[in-house]
Amino acid sequence: MSNTIKTGLKLVAIAGLTFSIAACATPKPPPPAPTSIAEPTAPPPEYTPPTQGPVSESPSAAIPGSMQDFVISAGDRVFFDTDAYTIRPDAADILSKQADWLARYPAVRVRVEGNCDERGTREYNFALGARRANSVRDFLVAHGVDGARIATVSYGKERPIDPGDDESAWSKNRNGHTQITDGAQ
Amino acid sequence: MPKLTRLAFAAVILTAFTGLAAPAARADITVDVNQGVLQPMPIAIPDFGGAQGAEIAKVVENDLEGSGLFRPLDPSTFQEKAPSVNVQPQFAAWKQINAQALLDGQTTVDSDGRLKVDFRLWDVFAQGSLIGFQYSSTPDNWRRLAHKISDAVYERLTGEKGYFDTRVVFVAESGPKIKRVRRLAIMDQDGANPSYMTDGAYQVFTPRFSTNDQEITFMALRDTGASIYLFNIETGRQETLGHFTGMVFAPRFSPDGTKVALSVEKAGNTDIYVMDLRSRETRRLTTDPGIDTSPSFSPDGSQIVFNSDRGGGPQVYVMGVDGSGQHRISFGDGRYTTPVWSPHGDLIAFTKQTGSTFHIGVMRADGSDEHILTTSYLDEGPTWAPNGRVIMFSRETPGGGARLWTVDVTGRVSRAAAFPGGASDPAWSPLLP
Repeated sequence: MSNTIKTGLKLVAIAGLTFSIAACATPKPPPPAPTSIAEPTAPPPEYTPPTQGPVSESPSAAIPGSMQDFVISAGDRVFFDTDAYTIRPDAADILSKQADWLARYPAVRVRVEGNCDERGTREYNFALGARRANSVRDFLVAHGVDGARIATVSYGKERPIDPGDDESAWSKNRNGHTQITDGAQ
Repeated sequence: MPKLTRLAFAAVILTAFTGLAAPAARADITVDVNQGVLQPMPIAIPDFGGAQGAEIAKVVENDLEGSGLFRPLDPSTFQEKAPSVNVQPQFAAWKQINAQALLDGQTTVDSDGRLKVDFRLWDVFAQGSLIGFQYSSTPDNWRRLAHKISDAVYERLTGEKGYFDTRVVFVAESGPKIKRVRRLAIMDQDGANPSYMTDGAYQVFTPRFSTNDQEITFMALRDTGASIYLFNIETGRQETLGHFTGMVFAPRFSPDGTKVALSVEKAGNTDIYVMDLRSRETRRLTTDPGIDTSPSFSPDGSQIVFNSDRGGGPQVYVMGVDGSGQHRISFGDGRYTTPVWSPHGDLIAFTKQTGSTFHIGVMRADGSDEHILTTSYLDEGPTWAPNGRVIMFSRETPGGGARLWTVDVTGRVSRAAAFPGGASDPAWSPLLP
């Protein structure tokens, strides 16, 4: 039996279980309240379980040297601490992989985009985003990528990837994004 | 070239109004703008007579009420319905409803189609005329006539220049936060006549007026980078200011309009430069490895206040226009950004961040006497009304968009500005000619 079918069967089984729990938990409609005017009591709509198709799975189809391959095998975004532009250890891992990947595909050119959270003013954040973009660039250059292949830009706080207004969102929005601009498969 | 909605401004002609030889009342009726007004002055503004007279009176009423210094009285309480500008009003009837000042007016359309407005401001208690003028313009310019009347009343009663016949250039925001459309827009100070000057193909930031009301500079952001534009509101002419390899942002005109100060980033370091608009030569003013941005000239053109984090967090610094004598002037707790010099020269407005809140504040030009005027989730980007009495800024609420707000320098009068949609980065024009 293939993996796909197995997964499909499991999902059906789970859907059935969900249905039975739902059926048990559904309270009976309350008796109609005594009233002088006879009102038709509509029965509750019958529960229909949501249709859940099988989930298929296959190996990643990313073409080597493509944008998708870069995102999967290296990661295109690294994150920064509040007000900081130093490369964190977790970011260094990703950027090392970016540098390796870029060494394999020397025709690829990138644009490093520096981003900030919204807890700062606009102009200062353009400057801070530029610092972050250059930190990423400096790391890549230090790991062998030709600086001529790397452009930088700061989007300040103007291009958030998470629209939320809490630390979880802000931590995602403080990032350096490596965007392939040319030479990918 | 951005799409331009041309705004025609026929000259508004002011003539002293001599129809009545009323004795000028002694000015015992005044509003002290320095104290912040706890008791706004009650003023009666009945509908003006003649064509568009009622509309003009409404605009004046809205202007004066919006300043927080005046309390226009309910017209339904007026006992004298249509006082004449050329005849003394029945002071007793106005005194009875506790009006301290009375503004009446009359419009006429002359043979060549011009709209004339005669108006007179009365001191109800001293029983005399304070000012009387006639303004005229083309009929489509009636709102400007009204704003000029508001300015005359404001100036006569406060001793300060008004700020009502002005416009605000700003960024109109639309769309979701992660894909915000930001268009250059302009409106009258009271929110009337909004129009868009760019189509949203690129994001617009921080527009600023030149000392004339015709020329603005702003930052444009595209995926590939930033540019600074000069844009003439009247002609629609737009040009790129310089070509920079790194980021370029935070442009602002010098008071004489011949230079633009801006921030240029090279290899991650942001410094302040000044560009001469005629020669297009740039001069670098700061050289330290910290962030130096948000330059704003003193009104006499001799100094620049700016934002730097060379000492750690961002603080306010001042230097000469040649970059000499750079010194820090803000020493409070928190992060200080976006300093803007008042047109009076006495104060500097700024954004301050303390913990999880943002504030608009003012300090003296030497950094002393800090006053916090607002507190919210995110206030930023103050701009001064030309009389240095009112500040407009943008305020963002959690999960919501940005809106324009105003606050007076005492911090007592704060309200949402009239633009109904998402908006940020306001810049107040000088008084219109």
